[in-house]
Amino acid sequence: MMIRKRYVDVDVHFDSSGNVRPKYIYWDEGKKYEVEHVYDVREAASTKAGGQGLRFTVRVLNKETYIYYENPAWFVEEKVY
Amino acid sequence: MDRVILHSDMNSFYANVECLYHPEFAGKPVAVGGSVESRHGIILAKNQEAKKYGVRTAEALWEARQKCPGLIIVPPRYSLYQRFSQKARHIYYQYSEQVEPFGLDESWIDITGSGNIVGHRTGEEIAHEIRQRVKEELGLTVSIGVSWNKIFAKFGSDYKKPDAVTVITRDNYKDIIYPQDVGDLLYVGYATRKKLRSAGIWTIGQLANTPLEFLHNRLGKMGEMLWLFAAGLDVSEVKRFNPAKKDNDLVIKSIGNSMTTPRDLVNIGDVRLVVYLLTESVGMRLREAGFLCQVVGISVRNKALASFTRQYKIGKPTDLTKEMAATAMQLFLENYDFNIDMAIRSLGVRAMALVPASTPIQVDLFTDEQQRIKQAKLEKSIDNLRRRFGNNAIRRAITLGDDKMSVLDIKSDNVIHPVGFFQQAEE
Repeated sequence: MMIRKRYVDVDVHFDSSGNVRPKYIYWDEGKKYEVEHVYDVREAASTKAGGQGLRFTVRVLNKETYIYYENPAWFVEEKVY
Repeated sequence: MDRVILHSDMNSFYANVECLYHPEFAGKPVAVGGSVESRHGIILAKNQEAKKYGVRTAEALWEARQKCPGLIIVPPRYSLYQRFSQKARHIYYQYSEQVEPFGLDESWIDITGSGNIVGHRTGEEIAHEIRQRVKEELGLTVSIGVSWNKIFAKFGSDYKKPDAVTVITRDNYKDIIYPQDVGDLLYVGYATRKKLRSAGIWTIGQLANTPLEFLHNRLGKMGEMLWLFAAGLDVSEVKRFNPAKKDNDLVIKSIGNSMTTPRDLVNIGDVRLVVYLLTESVGMRLREAGFLCQVVGISVRNKALASFTRQYKIGKPTDLTKEMAATAMQLFLENYDFNIDMAIRSLGVRAMALVPASTPIQVDLFTDEQQRIKQAKLEKSIDNLRRRFGNNAIRRAITLGDDKMSVLDIKSDNVIHPVGFFQQAEE
């Protein structure tokens, strides 16, 4: 299993202070998945995917995963089998 | 009470940033090189693996490839490196307001007054925390030196690479620093090292043990400064960081060379020779830095130590030695008369109002552009020959007859005193 850097379409909410939160992530066949919860936000590098940005630890489809805001785009660590 | 100063140095900076973005390069020799197409590019940075093959910064790409046939070379992405440089500085800024960047990949951090943040932790512990954070948050490694002054802190960061912390204390500095080559001391460049070695000073310890008066006689103010450095007596402040300033790096505003001539200049021929020597060096540096200048200035000082400067705005931005020297000579002729004035002791030529070399130039009806392009090619070839074989490999015929002048290698002997180091710290 390999990790690949995948840029994704994301629906995002900006609050009046400029804080950004991902709301929905678009995946294959245009399917839209809700970001159920955000556990953590911090600057982090993804050595596996090959990038760096604001890393959100989120729950999607009841599973915990990362999504990175690499201003101006968003990427995830896609598992490739 | 001693200060606690950190010096953070990002290892193989450009190369490691590129490796972060290319996980497929893991374990391979990688370098960041300029101008691959023109075949005249040089290595700007190399990673740990490439270092093992002997790849060196500033050497030609073909040389590096010879040493390391599997070397991966990628072009530089300066905006990306700027981004990481800023991010690193923001991490440092969380530990102190006194964060002084030194180029994109280095910064001094003074945590002496950061009691409320640092608590009872030692400089070493903070250094390790910073090192860890840069690794996790930015995916890059740093080497950090900890000491009571900027010079030793910088020495510490150079000592162990990559990904390490070195503490230079009052108990160990003589063991760690003094045996090292004097060229490893900050601001001891090629020329100064040569001068010190010729005076019998080869190590930093020897420098520290040399009488101050001797150093003052041999190297002037510089000698005193270096002695202070070697003795751990540098008291220069780590300046305050201004996060609002987008670019904390010094921008080159002008490039100049000046010299006190080995003998007095008594006629126009003498002056022309020196002006050309100086302008050659300025031209080479201008071309290397990728700039054109719009104003040429001269500075003149005579035997009575009276001096003046003059400048002239030229029609077209240029980096051609021929054009700049002609302007400099013109300025001189208009402002000096050997019949009235005395012999000259010192001359300077400066290229000012710089613009990037990629700036498009408006062509006019009166100038022979073909000739200018030919001249540019010629000067570029001369640059390349000098880069490969030394600055004296090719020289103007005018310098050959004169014994004293022909041995001058202005470009190599050029010492650029970083403006930042000598500026007063802001209140």
